[in-house]
Amino acid sequence: MTSPLQRKLKIAGPTVVTANRLADGAVVWLSATGGWTDRIGTAAVGATSDEVLRLLDIAHGDENTAVGAYPAPVRIGADGTIEPANLRERIRAGGPTVALPTGVLPAAAAKAA
Amino acid sequence: MYVYDEFDRAFLQERVAEFRDQVERRLAGELNEEEFKPLRLMNGVYLQLHAYMLRVCIPYGTLSARQLRAMAAVARKYDRGYGHFTTRQNIQFNWIKLAELPDAMADLAEVGIHGIQTSGNCIRNTTTDPWAGAAADEVEDPRLYAEVIRQWSTLHPEFTYLPRKFKIAITAAKHDRAAIRVHDVGLRLYKRDGKTGFEVSVGGGLGRSPYIGKTIRDFLPEEDLLSYLEAILRTYNLGGRRDNIYKARIKIQVHEMGAEAFAQKVEAEWAEIRDGALKLDKAALDAIRDRFLNPALEELEDAPAVLAAALADPDFARWHANSVAPHKAKGHAIVTLSLKPVGAPPGDATADQMDAIADLADQYAYGEIRVAHEQNLTLPYVRQKDLPALWAKLKAIGVATPNVGLISDIIACPGLDYCSLANARSIPVAQKLTERFADDARIADIGRLHLNISGCINACGHHHVGHIGILGVEKKDEEFFQITLGGKGNSKARIGELIGPAVSEGEVVDVVERLVETYLDLRTSPAETFIAAVQRLGTDPFKERAYAPR
Repeated sequence: MTSPLQRKLKIAGPTVVTANRLADGAVVWLSATGGWTDRIGTAAVGATSDEVLRLLDIAHGDENTAVGAYPAPVRIGADGTIEPANLRERIRAGGPTVALPTGVLPAAAAKAA
Repeated sequence: MYVYDEFDRAFLQERVAEFRDQVERRLAGELNEEEFKPLRLMNGVYLQLHAYMLRVCIPYGTLSARQLRAMAAVARKYDRGYGHFTTRQNIQFNWIKLAELPDAMADLAEVGIHGIQTSGNCIRNTTTDPWAGAAADEVEDPRLYAEVIRQWSTLHPEFTYLPRKFKIAITAAKHDRAAIRVHDVGLRLYKRDGKTGFEVSVGGGLGRSPYIGKTIRDFLPEEDLLSYLEAILRTYNLGGRRDNIYKARIKIQVHEMGAEAFAQKVEAEWAEIRDGALKLDKAALDAIRDRFLNPALEELEDAPAVLAAALADPDFARWHANSVAPHKAKGHAIVTLSLKPVGAPPGDATADQMDAIADLADQYAYGEIRVAHEQNLTLPYVRQKDLPALWAKLKAIGVATPNVGLISDIIACPGLDYCSLANARSIPVAQKLTERFADDARIADIGRLHLNISGCINACGHHHVGHIGILGVEKKDEEFFQITLGGKGNSKARIGELIGPAVSEGEVVDVVERLVETYLDLRTSPAETFIAAVQRLGTDPFKERAYAPR
């Protein structure tokens, strides 16, 4: 049973609950319509500690779909868009900020041809 | 190359089957995450920022061409076409799906490769000199003893749940290329009165509390290697702290007890077990030695005419000067392949590059490749007469940047672009630095300079022992970088000194350039290296220039 102390949660603004999908580790957010989404724009946003705790309870109850759930701050744009509010979450949402090593070597391309 | 016996091959197959069952049970919900996490970690599977990461063990950094091709195939089939070579001579794949991990592991097991001992609080993969068996300054091949330690430590029942991870490194050469002094246990192999033995140091390590290892035994005869290691591990396992993860490494225990008191405890434990089952007799060592298949090198002369002619080409000469090292066998050379091209993530290699390197290893280097802790690859057995042809082919696949040991040969952790522990990004800083220092002639003039970058205090980029170290920190959601100067990871290892307040991401490359310019202005001659100048001058002149108002 969760201790009363663990039920305290400080939030500084709008907050979503994020985790990694069990099957492939992809970043997901608890969705406003239930379940998980891979688009932060459709995440459920909590505005109070109680709301976020409720979202976390839902997330922790679904650890066979997504693991390691935690609250993450977001910014809500004037048009209602949801964006990560810190660098770590921006990188989680957008992927590495550097280009992944790619490129087929001429020799390999020739072999494939 | 060490050739696994039937026991090892069967063990790997069984381990893959066991992990496959564990993954299936996890995906079916029969195991919860708390139960599954330690099981995946025991197989080198981490959950990082964006995906699962598989860390694959390359025992003492030695790979066959066949094994490298298997890694290329895993990168292509299960990942995104590349792998990242690490500072512990391993490789990481960043994007493998959980359900496909058992298949990837099965493919690797076919060539005797696995992720065991690359994670968790166990004795990790033993590292050693990437030039082992080939180095001109080597006393003996240290891989024999690394393999002895592997066989003793894998699944050691007493040391599966240590207070924290435990890393051992061995060097057997005059020049320490394995950074043994910053390992939990460092072993320096040498001979005394014709007998092989080890100087044993303990309690080295980087991370948030960096320490240089302390020598607790000046000479340990080779036959006592395992019993002495067992005594060290027992002393640590019983006395190491488990109440605080940040104080759980052996370095804290050694520091808090004092090296002398720690050594006394080890010696007392050792006295009880030194003549027991762990005694390494000649037959046991020979049995392991016999399973190493070392190439029968041709009898050749040094400096063949074709090499002398090629050295007239300044591009080849520049590459040769920093990428080719003396070999113990005449007419041969050790070649380092730079995985640090300008503007690319340090240590990454594409699947195509891995395949091409495997082909070149077969053609020019007896099919053997090594991984260096500097995140480069090495071909340990190259005929000098083949160097010009090899260079041309290495250039064609992008691994002949002439920067080995120079400022753009940067060690960097994956940082916040991949790692769930990081506070700041390492790779973009490394990329900008390689772009700033892209001129081959300029970096050759700057000379030997080790620049290491870590994205957090866990120090996977070994910033503490960089001649210039860069540590990423986060302040109010902005990346800043602390700069240290004067660190060294070799036999005279020392921890770098923090030179001042952290600088912003936009300033860090300029600050590094000012440090380099200070060195160029103040060095006594081009023969005085950056680190020698820092030691002679102290850090003050560098600090003044780095932080001078602009």
